[in-house]
Amino acid sequence: MSTIEFLIRKATEIRMELLKMIYESGTGHTGGSLSNTDILTVLYYHIMKVDPNNPKWEDRDRYVQSKGHAVESYWVILADKGFFPKEELKTFSQFNTRLIGHPNNKVPGVEMNTGALGHGLPISVGMALAAKKDGKQYRVYTLMGDGEQAEGSVWEGAMAAAHYKLDNLIAIIDRNGLQITGSTEDVMSLEPFGEKWRAFGWEVVEVDGNDIEQLVNVLEGTPKVVGKPTLIVANTVKGKGISFAENVAKWHHHVPSKEEYELAIEELSKQLEVRQ
Amino acid sequence: MSNVALKSEKGNKIANRQAISEALLELANKNRDILVLTSDSRGSASLVEFGKELPDQIVEVGIAEQNLVGIASGLAASGKKPFVASPACFLSMRSIEQIKVDVAYSNTNVKLIGISGGVSYGALGMSHHSLQDLAVTRAIPGLDVMMPADRHEAKKMIEALVEYDRPVYLRIGRNPVEDSYISEDYEFQIGKAVTMMAGTDITIIAAGETVRLALDSAEALKLEGINCRVLNMHTIKPLDKEAILKAAGETGRIITIEEHSIYGGLGSAVAEVVSQNHPVPVRILGLPDEPAIAGKTAEVFEHYGLSVQNIREIAMQMVGK
Repeated sequence: MSTIEFLIRKATEIRMELLKMIYESGTGHTGGSLSNTDILTVLYYHIMKVDPNNPKWEDRDRYVQSKGHAVESYWVILADKGFFPKEELKTFSQFNTRLIGHPNNKVPGVEMNTGALGHGLPISVGMALAAKKDGKQYRVYTLMGDGEQAEGSVWEGAMAAAHYKLDNLIAIIDRNGLQITGSTEDVMSLEPFGEKWRAFGWEVVEVDGNDIEQLVNVLEGTPKVVGKPTLIVANTVKGKGISFAENVAKWHHHVPSKEEYELAIEELSKQLEVRQ
Repeated sequence: MSNVALKSEKGNKIANRQAISEALLELANKNRDILVLTSDSRGSASLVEFGKELPDQIVEVGIAEQNLVGIASGLAASGKKPFVASPACFLSMRSIEQIKVDVAYSNTNVKLIGISGGVSYGALGMSHHSLQDLAVTRAIPGLDVMMPADRHEAKKMIEALVEYDRPVYLRIGRNPVEDSYISEDYEFQIGKAVTMMAGTDITIIAAGETVRLALDSAEALKLEGINCRVLNMHTIKPLDKEAILKAAGETGRIITIEEHSIYGGLGSAVAEVVSQNHPVPVRILGLPDEPAIAGKTAEVFEHYGLSVQNIREIAMQMVGK
């Protein structure tokens, strides 16, 4: 099986697993987790150097999930990688769990607690700066939401990353175009979005964020420019993979009914079968 | 206590920020992981020399306090020992969510130094006063809160903090402060109050730059025949409950003095302990719930009754003399 084929199958399996987790727990940010699944799959199964047996390994690549609410794909992937037992996914959002609705660094593999938007980029700047100061080769990846771009602290971090020439920092925007109230362009318009980041001194590339091959190519090719941080605008579809959830704002944190869940699993199973 | 500077011995006037920057420079020379972070605040924090001598160990973020704390937490998560120095008014308000989430909740080893605290900025007004910072920071789980009394304690505190792997908010004032100690020759322990003066009639509990005022007041009370205990509560959190309850039990009345709102600061912290464990009268002296009047620190203090004369009168009333 080719790398791309493996990653496509993996992403589909992750989607099935996270849907199950959300369905069984009765809570979750379904749409966002489905949109960022392909990005996380490529990062964790192909790009990032991490060691589940040694989560604090000094030279590991760092991942900071700034859009903390889309945590379901993250939990499923960390469990699948072996950072903690898969069995624990059953505790998602249950009483006294550590698998809460946002990344929690009590869980092995998670660097920082996030959940309040606009925090991940400044944190990542600090990590990338530490790598530069220590002469280390590790990279720092951070995933932000597009709605999150209205937070002023994002732009404080953007300025600092360019100022300190952090080419070991790669920020990815899950550009699914929807936030809880509706279209990002109706709520607080972002466009011309890439131009804003370019003006802040970043190298900007745009990809289809649900196309595994494009993600692999762009992430393998970073940093694009020595001395500049990279921003990847990953155009995604909220609710990706399930026909009736795609691009529907209510799926931001809609929990599937039994019928919806079964239909969704059926659709995803078919996608896997086609791949066999 | 032989090491306590009496009124006649309090001579030296060095700002705590100066003492802190000297201590940091000395320690950072020995430990390259120590970094200081500033938000266009190196002048106010007396860190210009530090920046010249150790340019690789100072990180400037510009006027961006949220970024300041976020970057510090990322550095700490990567093994660095960041000391953040920014005016307390901004650090404790503009970046409070980063302090809560990136520092306290994520448990990153960041030391937050709120400079020019309280009414240090005098006539600049409420935007520049930080009279709510203790209330806000001490309510955040996982964050310790400290205030050094003078240059000697500031130095000892910084030395202790380099070895202390917990998030801390430390608040100091801008202006030169008279010594409360003669030297550094005393035992400093985080979370352990220092009994500056022994006494059995009443206790004054103070923190930071108001420790000197507490000592002067206690000396004045001695002339009235009142033996006043003085506790230097340099660590507001975790609070030394044992010392407070001992004072409540042995002296029966307590006055607290702080350069902070009377809501939520040192006085509140003391009252929380006393009222629930050993109720005795407590008087909380600080700044009222209003934008503080403009003026130099001494003038503002005088206006709000943070003066030897007023404290002496209150103490005498409480003791019944």
